[in-house]
Amino acid sequence: MLRQVEGSKAVADTVAACRPQVICAYPISPQTHIVEGLSQLVKNGSLEGCEFINVESEFAAMSVAIGASATGARTYTATASQGLLYMVEAVYNASGLGLPIVMTVANRAIGAPINIWNDHSDSMSQRDSGWIQLYAETNQEAADLHVQAFKIAEDLSLPVMVCMDGFILTHAYERVDVPEQTQIDKFLPPFVPRQVLDPSNPVSIGAMVGPEAFTEVKYMAHMKNQLALEIIPKVAKDFQEIFGRSSGGLVRGYKLDGADTVVIALGSILGTIKDVVDEMVAADIAIGVLGIIAFRPFPTEAVRAALSKAKRVIVLEKAFQIGIGGIVIENVRTSLRGSSIKDYTVIAGLGGRPITKDSLRRYLDSAIVDGVEDLTFLDLDQELADSEILREVW
Amino acid sequence: MSTTPIKFYQVGSFAIGNRLLSAEDRSIQSDPDRTNALTSGHRACQGCGEALGARYALDAAMRATDDKIIAVNATGCLEVFSTPYPESSWRIAWLHSLFGNAPAVATGVAAALKAQGKSDIRVIGQGGDGATVDIGFGALSGMFERNDDVLYICYDNEAYMNTGVQRSGATPPAARTATTQAVGENPGNVFGQGKNLPRIAMAHEIPYVATATVADLRDLEAKIIKAMSFRGARYIHVLVPCPLGWGSESCDTIKIARLATQSGLFPVFEAESGEVTSSTPIRHRVNVEEYLKIQVRYSHLFSPNRRDDVIDLLQATADKNISRYNLISDQSGSI
Repeated sequence: MLRQVEGSKAVADTVAACRPQVICAYPISPQTHIVEGLSQLVKNGSLEGCEFINVESEFAAMSVAIGASATGARTYTATASQGLLYMVEAVYNASGLGLPIVMTVANRAIGAPINIWNDHSDSMSQRDSGWIQLYAETNQEAADLHVQAFKIAEDLSLPVMVCMDGFILTHAYERVDVPEQTQIDKFLPPFVPRQVLDPSNPVSIGAMVGPEAFTEVKYMAHMKNQLALEIIPKVAKDFQEIFGRSSGGLVRGYKLDGADTVVIALGSILGTIKDVVDEMVAADIAIGVLGIIAFRPFPTEAVRAALSKAKRVIVLEKAFQIGIGGIVIENVRTSLRGSSIKDYTVIAGLGGRPITKDSLRRYLDSAIVDGVEDLTFLDLDQELADSEILREVW
Repeated sequence: MSTTPIKFYQVGSFAIGNRLLSAEDRSIQSDPDRTNALTSGHRACQGCGEALGARYALDAAMRATDDKIIAVNATGCLEVFSTPYPESSWRIAWLHSLFGNAPAVATGVAAALKAQGKSDIRVIGQGGDGATVDIGFGALSGMFERNDDVLYICYDNEAYMNTGVQRSGATPPAARTATTQAVGENPGNVFGQGKNLPRIAMAHEIPYVATATVADLRDLEAKIIKAMSFRGARYIHVLVPCPLGWGSESCDTIKIARLATQSGLFPVFEAESGEVTSSTPIRHRVNVEEYLKIQVRYSHLFSPNRRDDVIDLLQATADKNISRYNLISDQSGSI
């Protein structure tokens, strides 16, 4: 149903319609409105057969989710930023145990310095955790990806992180076609766990594995994760058939035909990028956009195919690896292997700094004539940073 | 099994005397049809108090629930020695996640069972003292505070034995561990530190808290069964001597646990909703020295120089327990 609704509320209502049986959460901005919405739905009886557990930490939130999922319950939690880092040990444990938990990450920066605003440092830090990671471009997609996430998770018995930009999406009111209960029931069958804690058929889950089999277990985890490259597009196609709109998948191209330059990004910033690209295309500049929706597993082949005609790739990232540079670019380069495509990285929007069309246009105008460094920090106050470095180091 | 105290006519001994009891009053482990929740073949050390305590506790829980239990285990000796892949000694539904999250995982299991309408299946969380009083303490307190329907059992061997005998928040004063070594002016663990988790559990006013030792396994069984008669958060703290960490003979595990209770160093009691409801009287009171001198972890108190000052401090701890929990009855012997 079309509603003018806050992103968090759209996600809460959508998750509720997925009929989770256990929801556990610890509050952290900007995730709070999602779990507040869900707690209300459980408390007022509209989400029947669901236990909502107010836990004492994010570490406990993921741990409760692990116990609930291993007992065969469809399980959901949400977090962000420091909260995601606080639960990291359990995040890896959930994927290692192959538990199909769905978690929203309301993307937010990581301190110090403490900062509640949006970037992708939190979820990017978990790119090697064994979770599937999906990034939403709009609130419509955020809602839709949650429905798909349960399907993907349960098909593969792997956990899925749905990443949506904190505040930019979670707190934005816009028009969303919130998935209907009847549609979701048609799309998402009841959860049938692959393995479950059951006294009538007792199994031991979580054994210690030594050097003789650990490599095999990790190889299997990788191969299972790779299977998602087939499952994700299939689930998106099934979704389109039932819901009548395109949402999800591995990547989404925009004006790629004849584009010499392709801008790659994840999440809500794709909207701003598309606006700028529209203006540039209107000025006869051969430029297009590639949004990555599934970052884990990384869609190497899909990105390679999308870039086959490109001469230049610009990756805009809302996180980076201190000591080397971009994260997404390192992944994109697996798709560029053997090609002569030039690549540039632009780090932007850290800690919620607005990425304006003007700044982006200035950067792209230089980039399309190879007039930028390999690594650029958009709108960096170079003078301030340099003076502080001088003061501290020398 | 009834929880009515049984009078034995071998007064003055500790004989269990199963053969003198009716079948339903006998120890669960004496039953030829016992369940064997933790079956033989696991890799625990000889004389492991934890393996013994866990087997009795879980078999009693199975008896009390018609075998319908799910156990969540913290990382530690009990987990490592029972499940080296591809082997498992568990004949119950069993889940190991992490070191510090067993109470929260158990909460998740209980929540899932509730959501699925399977309230007949009961949940047990278990771990050693490190998992319980230290790294998992926040999760445990959260589980208590929410009064989640979980029985949590701590098998307390008073240090991090699985990693090589390092000090935990449950290590008693003066005990040497790998991180409180028997060197310097005041060898061993310092005085004035450590957590009393049964009392912290009581402060949460949860329905049932109890302590037990492997010296009185009937008492442990009875307390597990009693715990299963409550809903909500329950806590049982079991003293389980560790021959490796304590430097004791494997054959002395029961004896040492008994000396811990008979000296007053480890009070055995029950509490409901925050109030002590019963304590097990000392039958043959002993000096703490009897308990200390057969453990290498306290050997620095006796040689090269006898440390009466430290022994007196430990005796004072025992004496305080005796008065606090009213552990001396008319039948208790004098020192």
